[in-house]
Amino acid sequence: MTTFSPIQSLFGGALIGLSVVMLMAFLGRIAGSSGIIGSLLPPNPVSEKGWRIAFLAGLTISAFLLVNVTGYSPTIQNVTTEPFLIAGGIIVGVGVTLSSGCTSGHGICGLARLSPRSIAATLTFMASTAATVFIVKHLIGE
Amino acid sequence: MTIIISLIAGIVFGSGILISGMTNPAKVQNFFDLAGTWDPSLAFVMGGALLITAPSYYLLFKMNKPLLADKFNVPENKNIDTPLIGGAAIFGIGWGITGYCPGAILPAIGTGNSGAVLFCVAMLTGMMATRLIRSNSH
Repeated sequence: MTTFSPIQSLFGGALIGLSVVMLMAFLGRIAGSSGIIGSLLPPNPVSEKGWRIAFLAGLTISAFLLVNVTGYSPTIQNVTTEPFLIAGGIIVGVGVTLSSGCTSGHGICGLARLSPRSIAATLTFMASTAATVFIVKHLIGE
Repeated sequence: MTIIISLIAGIVFGSGILISGMTNPAKVQNFFDLAGTWDPSLAFVMGGALLITAPSYYLLFKMNKPLLADKFNVPENKNIDTPLIGGAAIFGIGWGITGYCPGAILPAIGTGNSGAVLFCVAMLTGMMATRLIRSNSH
């Protein structure tokens, strides 16, 4: 069980929005996590690496800062075993590379500018995730 | 200057995603578990993000260019093609199994969770393999 947290989630979402707006206002860039990560990887990584590495560094140290500045300690409850974390990770890596985006790039940046590609991608991965969760939790799990 | 702005944007994004609950796989799975222990919280994450982003993007794109760059880098491709839809469907399978998405994984690693590290290494492998296959087929 997890507890319904509308206010906290809305606030977290607003912070994500603020970050997305910052990146577009100052750098003219989409804050798509999979795109920023993937474009640094071989083969043919992008030449403009600085801002991307800085953004990813910010993501990685955010937990440390959050805990030490606000005292808020986020909960992480893994839902599957190590072999499935590995398999799922590979599947996510392949999927977001093919679809050129994930929850942030398509689901937030793309929807915010009403991109037809992003709307189609978001509806597809939402449906696919829901179907997968149903299979994992109700058909296999119990 | 762009480096400092990006670093701050990364910290704000990461803090937001940690506070919102998106870095907790159990919460992600429960959002999609309509037939079971449904937790609608994550709709508020996307709602909150879009509430800020949509009107701001609308106003920003009225400017000629961003504050620290020559132009807005926005994808021009309008085609809804097989890689887009197929890739999104594949991504959903992995997101459903693990509860981790690419934006949440680095903040989750920052909490010191070993499962998140494992997922991330596998995700990078999947990304590299796909990029390699795609660049060879062109």
